[in-house]
Amino acid sequence: MINEKGIVKSFIAFDDALFLKIFDKEFKLTKDFMVLYLTYKYTCYTRIQIYNKEVIVVEESIVATLEKKAIELRKTALIMIYKAQSGHPGGSLSAADVIAALYFKEMNIDPKNPQWENRDRFVLSKGHVCPILYSALVLKEYVPYETVYTLRQYGSPFQGHPDMKKCPGVDISTGSLGQGLSCAVGMALAGKRDEKSYRVFSMIGDGECQEGQIWEAAQCAVKYQLDNLVVFVDDNGLQIDGTTEEVMPNQDLEQKFKSFGFDTRRINGHSMEEIVNTLESIREVKNGKPTCIVCNTAKGRGVSFMENVVDWHGAAPKEEEYFLAMEELERGLN
Amino acid sequence: MSNHVLQKKATREAFGDEIVRLGKQNKNIYVVDIDIGKSCKTVKFAKELPNQHVNVGIAEQNGAGLAAGLATTGKIPFVSTYAVFGSLRMAEQVRQEICYPNLNVKIACSHGGLTPANDGGSHQSIEDMGVLRTFPNMTVIMGADYYSTKKLIEQAANIYGPVYLRFTRDTVPMIYDENEAFIIGKAKKLKDGKDIAIVANGDTVHLALAAAEQLEEEGVTVKLLDMHTIKPIDREAVIDCLSVGKIITIEDHNILNGLGSAVCEIVAEEGVGQVRRIGVQDQFGQSAPYEKLLELNGITVENIVKTAKGMLKEEFLHERNGHNV
Repeated sequence: MINEKGIVKSFIAFDDALFLKIFDKEFKLTKDFMVLYLTYKYTCYTRIQIYNKEVIVVEESIVATLEKKAIELRKTALIMIYKAQSGHPGGSLSAADVIAALYFKEMNIDPKNPQWENRDRFVLSKGHVCPILYSALVLKEYVPYETVYTLRQYGSPFQGHPDMKKCPGVDISTGSLGQGLSCAVGMALAGKRDEKSYRVFSMIGDGECQEGQIWEAAQCAVKYQLDNLVVFVDDNGLQIDGTTEEVMPNQDLEQKFKSFGFDTRRINGHSMEEIVNTLESIREVKNGKPTCIVCNTAKGRGVSFMENVVDWHGAAPKEEEYFLAMEELERGLN
Repeated sequence: MSNHVLQKKATREAFGDEIVRLGKQNKNIYVVDIDIGKSCKTVKFAKELPNQHVNVGIAEQNGAGLAAGLATTGKIPFVSTYAVFGSLRMAEQVRQEICYPNLNVKIACSHGGLTPANDGGSHQSIEDMGVLRTFPNMTVIMGADYYSTKKLIEQAANIYGPVYLRFTRDTVPMIYDENEAFIIGKAKKLKDGKDIAIVANGDTVHLALAAAEQLEEEGVTVKLLDMHTIKPIDREAVIDCLSVGKIITIEDHNILNGLGSAVCEIVAEEGVGQVRRIGVQDQFGQSAPYEKLLELNGITVENIVKTAKGMLKEEFLHERNGHNV
């Protein structure tokens, strides 16, 4: 009945409430049927189902767990944008899977101690897609859940673009394209100089790669041999005025980063299996080279009518669209 | 004040010397060079403290952003370049990634004002202090000579937040001795008088001093301020000048939005007093001897004296007319 792997340390039934003690944390479960996701970095992902006060431990694959997380992130981002009637759904949805893999598996972070100096850093250089980052911060409990209803409102930690002074868990303020990667390089360089073990992850957009500063930062990351830096390119092929092909062709971004001296990969940015395996394969690599993972993605991914539609770059869904979108995402959960 | 008024030194030398001293004391002090370490005088730092030194090459924007990233980990980076690039080429990066998140980054720039004289108008930086003055959280400083600049650099390293420090490429006379104390945001009163007030900064302070001495010989008493920090400006010191009533500002900067403008803002708000601004006359420079460029803009001892006498004469005429009416 209790997990044979020893994750569940004790189990107490008390009237209508169940108490699960897992490691040192006590969970109070007040319904007869509950599902609790437990995510443990590098170990196992276990779902505990409780049927009528009986605990059943169901093993679930890492990938399946993260896929569900990604859907939760997408839903949460849409709730925010719908409530605010403002924000950037397209790029939030294309970035969701990578963000899920980073925040719920790969990154070594402690939401209770957002300033922990040996934490892994995340720099969202394409800062306008912050709703998806905020969703991860909400689900990781950096901020209370209610914060989702305050996006872009006065006094909210969830500013229109990420603000490190207002929101715990935001490692640097971003929003002006092309600039975040330089900050990530600075963080990674400090880590190297101080012989710290943390890593720095950054996500940039494909349209953002039209900014010259991206390449200034790239050459610098290579010069200083920042193998503690991982750059994701969310290559969704769209920007405000149209396709990147029409507006300003990027050529092959993987080849560009490779020629700058990065270790590069090109993956399907919506295949959780590929994302997880790629992160797994680079985790211990110490070859003096920064890594760039170019992710083939679709703007608006997960909501059929938003997918690959340029107008969803910065538009909020109306009521009908919102419920349709949530329904579609919900279907993905079951 | 120093007795060795004739001795001259560029204030960029003060940066080169002081930053090594500070870097040895505090391993969190970094220098981010943008290729021009030789002329910004950071070579010694690079050689002696390589683990605290970064050279990003000719890439100002990345230099500013990288410094912001360093600052998030507790480092105190000094981004070192020429004033025209440090204030303009990377202006948006300084705004977005340094001032907006209020990170502890210092922008330390040589070649301020007209001092890169023979480099020509492209390299003379006449807008920098004005531009950076409008960024919230930013402190804007230009020391008058070698020792005051050293002291102000030390202070800048010790206060939290973004600071813009501007140095001269060319040599300027030494005014202070090495024990003189300076506080960021507190003007240094060099002379006290009741006929005219002169507020100067950077490489114009020694001109103001010479003009004041000339005026004193003619019986005019002068209140003279070295306003090394134009933001936050020493409001009390400016208000103190209002008791004199007539104020001349002098700066090696466009008369728009620099020291003169900052003083005018306070004077206008107080509703009394009269200001004449001496500085770069909203025009680009060209290759020429430094003194020639100053002369073309009226940044000279003669013009300061003439302006002071003009203002005093105005008062005389005003009073006489007043009596006539």
